[in-house]
Amino acid sequence: MKKYRHVKYSEQKIDAISLATGEALFTDDFTKPDMLYLAVLRSPHAFARIRELDDSPARELDGVVEVFSHKNVPRVMFTTAGQGYPEPSPYDKALFDTLVRFAGDEVAIVAAETEEIAREALNLIRVDYEILTPLLDYSKALNEDAPIVHPEKDAKAMIPVPFHPEKNLAAEVNVEVGNFERAYKNSSGKVEATFTTPITSHCPIEPHTAMAYMDEMARLVIISSTQVPFHVRRIVSRILDIPPGKIRVIKPRIGGGFGAKQEIIVEPFVALTTWRTGRPSRLRLSRKEVFTSTRTRHGFTITMKAGFEPEDGKINALSMEALENTGAYGTHSLTVLSNSASKTLPLLNKIENIVFKGKAVYSNLPVAGAYRGYGATQGYFAYGQLIDMVIGESGGDPVEYYLKWCIKAGEGSPIFRAIGEGTEGVEMTLDTVGLPECLKKGADVFRWQEKRNRYSGEFNSGRRKKKGVGLVCMMQGSAIPKIDMASAYMKMNEDGSFNLKVGATDIGTGSDTILAQIAAEVLDTSPDKFIVHSSDTDHTPFDTGAYASSTTYLSGSAVKKCAEEILKQIKKVGSEILEVPEKELDIRDGMVFVSDEPHRMIGYDEICTYAMYQRSQFQIQAFASHVADKSPPPFAAHFAEIEVDTETGLIRVLDYVAVTDCGTPINPVLAEGQVEGALINGISYALIEDYHFNEKGALLNNRFSRYKIFSAMDIPPVRVILVDSEPDPTGPFGAKSIAEIAINGPAPAIANAFAHATGKRLYKAPFTPERVLSALTSK
Amino acid sequence: MNTLFTVNGRKVRLSLHPGQTLLRVLRDNGYTEVKCGCEEGECGSCTVLLDGEAVPSCQILAMSVRNREITTVKGLMDMDGTSVIPEAFAETGAVQCGFCTPGMVLSSYALLKGNPAPSEEEIKLALDGNICRCTGYIKIIEAVKLAAVRMGKK
Repeated sequence: MKKYRHVKYSEQKIDAISLATGEALFTDDFTKPDMLYLAVLRSPHAFARIRELDDSPARELDGVVEVFSHKNVPRVMFTTAGQGYPEPSPYDKALFDTLVRFAGDEVAIVAAETEEIAREALNLIRVDYEILTPLLDYSKALNEDAPIVHPEKDAKAMIPVPFHPEKNLAAEVNVEVGNFERAYKNSSGKVEATFTTPITSHCPIEPHTAMAYMDEMARLVIISSTQVPFHVRRIVSRILDIPPGKIRVIKPRIGGGFGAKQEIIVEPFVALTTWRTGRPSRLRLSRKEVFTSTRTRHGFTITMKAGFEPEDGKINALSMEALENTGAYGTHSLTVLSNSASKTLPLLNKIENIVFKGKAVYSNLPVAGAYRGYGATQGYFAYGQLIDMVIGESGGDPVEYYLKWCIKAGEGSPIFRAIGEGTEGVEMTLDTVGLPECLKKGADVFRWQEKRNRYSGEFNSGRRKKKGVGLVCMMQGSAIPKIDMASAYMKMNEDGSFNLKVGATDIGTGSDTILAQIAAEVLDTSPDKFIVHSSDTDHTPFDTGAYASSTTYLSGSAVKKCAEEILKQIKKVGSEILEVPEKELDIRDGMVFVSDEPHRMIGYDEICTYAMYQRSQFQIQAFASHVADKSPPPFAAHFAEIEVDTETGLIRVLDYVAVTDCGTPINPVLAEGQVEGALINGISYALIEDYHFNEKGALLNNRFSRYKIFSAMDIPPVRVILVDSEPDPTGPFGAKSIAEIAINGPAPAIANAFAHATGKRLYKAPFTPERVLSALTSK
Repeated sequence: MNTLFTVNGRKVRLSLHPGQTLLRVLRDNGYTEVKCGCEEGECGSCTVLLDGEAVPSCQILAMSVRNREITTVKGLMDMDGTSVIPEAFAETGAVQCGFCTPGMVLSSYALLKGNPAPSEEEIKLALDGNICRCTGYIKIIEAVKLAAVRMGKK
């Protein structure tokens, strides 16, 4: 395997010291004189019509500068989803509406001289609501008599996809490969089960924040905690009717996203305020608002059926029927639904008859959106358990089963083509599949066979505490093929340093660092020679943004191409100085040398100085864009060992091994960090995280003490392993994605371990003690 | 109004309104290294040291701590000249988005001052009030162990 010099190396994150010492600036750390502070008036009702809104008492309060509502802001339909254009999410939202669709929906905003005054003024806005019967149970959304969440006539889909708000149907996907019904009927083994997943919160520790100001050229500048600066510019431009050229969006350091900041939620409000008043403005959401009114993971109910051969577990027919709750607005409803199938169903690609029927429905609950895992998390909770049930019925071993039936290198799946991102998908055969290595390595490290045998009799033992082991295998994707685009620009400085400007958005993942490493590998110079500037719509080229596991694979490829172009120019100048043809030159450690006479060399600094000042002067600079034809999946195998207390219902994770194939890890420590973070989030999701509402649809647990997420004391022993996998031929230096996949594993792996320990199934996440006890007493 | 405080070893005059929290006052006076994550005392991003003890500054009335030593992460750099903890965080990969990190660093410092060789359980307990969603805490715990070793050698 090729020896790399700067990638596959755990370079320290370039902003780590600056962050750890508090020097790095986040959105809320910027300030401007004369700034206005915003506060948002939110609906206390899950579903209501605003009969009358009187903001005059608020306007009379000293220090209030403006109040915005449907009364003075033109109605423009849009989607808050920060996706490519035209978006696959429906345009079903106006900044302010007379119909409020969940408890927490925006009614008005106040701009005032201080935060305190802005908040006080909220109490002075008089709103007369006609309270409507809300739709709180999404399983009833398609009933004839269900309240209609979007009765308005101007909601529309931007691409030709099923969209029927008059029936509460936000999106629908139906796909069949082969003939499921016939194959299911003819199968002698059959399993069927229904799985339910909760509504959960991303919990980035930095709340959603944006600020805006007018610069000295009367342009609108927005600083925002966003994953998608270019989509922010486009969407704000449309809503407020300001040309994109008049808007600049700056992304400073971002305090975590996980999909929550792939949404245009706070930016329109500061943009509106500053554009109308000419004054700087800021909106930082409270933690309660982040929980209630930003975005959540879509709750799913998935019914799966498999028809199989009881002798060897060969699955002939597989069906997945998904009902997705998108909440009050349809952001990401179609694509999350699609991904619940497209990221799961190709895994066991020998199944010839597959049907997927998915419906996304509205409800009067908080708005769902993109969340790390993006439908695959919900999909694998069902898929990973159903496959385990088939294996259980046919008496095989899960490791052997997956090794036998999983997709292999050189193979494809009809699902890749059948399901895309709102349109048809992209056919592909996989160049690399490291899942067999993940399984073998994981089984060995975890001592799978030994533990599985040891606990095989637990379920009918009389012990109070029962132990078991479970396994799940997964794949994700790397960027959205033929849709997402990334670009990079680079110029050289006379000390041999380079300005690397990328649209890619580092939200804490370390992408600035790994992009520098990729450039360093091409140019064989130290990564600290790259001055990385990410995401400023004025000063960096376009990139769709930090989502869909795309930055390393897609933006990394753009950076690689760009650096290769720079290398050509460096060699050209080097050839002129050394008077040797370019093809006889090589590079090493920031020097160009003659291949056969290595002592004849010249440094990058001299090359750049020559190009700038001496002969045939020019700026050594390059740009590149990249669109991928494929979306090579990373693979993972997760192994969980748990102990179930059959009296208290508590599940304790005793050991967890996560083995991942991400192609070449550009920076192994940062890649591990992605897995660890996703994994702990996933275990927290599996065991404790869930939204609770009162009977009127108001969120009850909208703070960290009520919506508990794992803290340091809660983490179980986990071991994260990256297998030394085949480099992917389409990724930069063989890299595939890593950020999302691990979050999908814990819920099904722990549920499978529970089945091994107790003989019972957990069909509903999270696995609270109540649910565990009820599963234990079920038939 | 303006009031005298001791921040990072220096007497400084901070402008404030009575009733404001220490978090608000510090941030409004330019100490933006103190992060605001929840303002409910539940995330730990706003951790500062009060006479060496790690506390959430959003739960403290600024006026009540006029006579105490307030230390932010930037002040830590001057105390004992220690950049050991931030460096250990950076080296082990314990910094992802970094929003929780200043608070984590201060909680780690408070721990290591009183307990130079903490067990893993003691580290977890000391960091339990600081929430992180990015790292899963694994590399953070590693960072504190590394810092403990290095501070012990000093």
